[in-house]
Amino acid sequence: MSGEKLAQRSYYGKALADLAEIDPNVVVLDADLAGSTKTSSFEKVAPERFVEVGIAEANMIGIAAGLAASGKTAFASTFGVFASGRCWEQIRMAVAYPNLNVKVVATHCGLSVGPDGATHQALEDIAIMRALPNMTVVVPCDAHEAYAATIALAKTNGPAYMRMGRSEFPVIKPADCTFTIGKADVVREGTDVSIIACGQMVQTSLEAAEMLAAEGINAEVINMATIKPLDGEAIKATASKTGAVVTVEEHSVIGGLGSAVAEYLSENLPTPMGRIGTKDTFGESGEAEELLVKYGLAKEDIVAKAKEIIKLKS
Amino acid sequence: MAELGIDELQNIANKLRLDVIEMTTAAGSGHPGGSLSAADAIAALYFRVMNIDPADPYKEDRDRFVLSKGHAAPILYAALAERGYFPTEELITLRKIGSRLQGHPSYREVPGVEVTTGSLGQGLSMACGIALAGKLDKKDYRVYCLLGDGELQEGQNWEAAMFARAKGLNNMTVLVDRNKLQICGNTEEVLALDPLPEKFRAFGWNVTIVDGHNIRQIIEACFKASQAKKGPSVIILNTVKGKGVSFMENNVGFHGRSCKPDEYEKAVEELKAVIR
Ligand SMILES: Cc1ncc(C[n+]2csc(CCOP(=O)(O)OP(=O)(O)O)c2C)c(N)n1
Ligand SMILES: [Mg+2]
Repeated sequence: MSGEKLAQRSYYGKALADLAEIDPNVVVLDADLAGSTKTSSFEKVAPERFVEVGIAEANMIGIAAGLAASGKTAFASTFGVFASGRCWEQIRMAVAYPNLNVKVVATHCGLSVGPDGATHQALEDIAIMRALPNMTVVVPCDAHEAYAATIALAKTNGPAYMRMGRSEFPVIKPADCTFTIGKADVVREGTDVSIIACGQMVQTSLEAAEMLAAEGINAEVINMATIKPLDGEAIKATASKTGAVVTVEEHSVIGGLGSAVAEYLSENLPTPMGRIGTKDTFGESGEAEELLVKYGLAKEDIVAKAKEIIKLKS
Repeated sequence: MAELGIDELQNIANKLRLDVIEMTTAAGSGHPGGSLSAADAIAALYFRVMNIDPADPYKEDRDRFVLSKGHAAPILYAALAERGYFPTEELITLRKIGSRLQGHPSYREVPGVEVTTGSLGQGLSMACGIALAGKLDKKDYRVYCLLGDGELQEGQNWEAAMFARAKGLNNMTVLVDRNKLQICGNTEEVLALDPLPEKFRAFGWNVTIVDGHNIRQIIEACFKASQAKKGPSVIILNTVKGKGVSFMENNVGFHGRSCKPDEYEKAVEELKAVIR
């Protein structure tokens, strides 16, 4: 049901449990967070293919690489800060360089982690993961897309990083949606400005588009669920239609979706654009909603930025 | 501060426990289990063992404390407040937006917080750095570092353990909160740590094993460690996660969640019954 609030990680867990049945090659690794990342759903149905490594993320990646080098499809999960940052160089050498079939799946990304504070709020993970050659980077927009993306990743050989949040938030996609790696989709058509978003921010962008509509501004909203490989054709199509682009992500404006879109546009179709994201800062403790407002990721911020960029159209 | 007796220290430990319950309940989140298991050791360190001055929190010769298991921030904040580093009224702002009391300790954001932790397995390395600086500067302060037992599964700890011995860091006392629980269950089932004392001994450390809820034993072990001529020292504190609140004891569910209203009432009642 559209609008229902669901946690992405629960649907990641569901997908893993379904994969346990259909793909005997899938193994899942955990570093003492199975209940939080929901890999526990896989453990329940396939305990013999569930690998608990303890609180040892770097070791987890090495083991996943060894399993993948032996023909397994390895999913390794922990919180985003640890999944991307703690073992970045292990991922680089043991997974990305040899192009192995390891899926690093991160939960609890972004400010919406809430009260745990800055140490636990991954705001740089997209940047450091997309910098790695061979790495696919996926940021599903809701729980249903998280499910579909997990299945799609399992069917595709090679390294990948998937990013999810902690909290429950409204779903946009139907329960039976499919996922194509590398393809963006238009979730709202418009002509005046393109809002390109990923993750939970797609929902916020849709809300911002409604606010803009009330003021007579017709915004197009693009769900850029794959950050790498980036869907350049989709960016070109929407940017040439609207002539103004705003990117929105629960991530730093440095190196993430906004940077990827800026790189593409400046080389292929220079277009006025602005980026919504955290502005070269760490987060802090607080409730998710309060933090999103404080750090400039509310729908009002998107509205203001859209109007500012529309003014730059020549 | 006049030297406090064991009974007084025990009473303080229970007060700190009550603070932990108040704080995490007000926050609606946080990690009470590993805060309660460490309460007695923290009381011993902050109210007896360590050479510190709340009026001058960064005086050069102070002993340093590193809370490597940063999720136990509530017990650290409680000790700092009760010791006079900041007003106890502030404790209930834990984890709230704009508060200094971040979910995990943040370097000098609260007076007395010496390093940033929260990502497990890094505190021992920082403690090594602080101890090494003490050697370089010919200071005689000591560095105390509290580790979780599950945390010891992080390989970085063992890099640091090797370093500490190789560099002769006898100015370090490490305490391990051996409550035998981590998030996914018993440490020995998740990823066995035992024989833990032998692991530290093999790395050249002085090892003492004490009842982590016996303040006299903790103080004596700390004194012994401070006299060590060679090598760093580790005190393995045999503890009970959630110690002091009956339904939280050895209950892995209270690793990372706060009390519901009825649980809160019961916890407060139990703790108040033992506090003078
Ligand atoms: C690097 C890292 N991985 C995972 C976590 C999530 N985490 C927080 S506490 C914890 C369990 C800690 O267990 P232990 O060290 O035994 O602490 P205690 O029992 O004293 O609470 C885990 C896995 C983390 N904070 N840091
Ligand atoms: Mg423990």
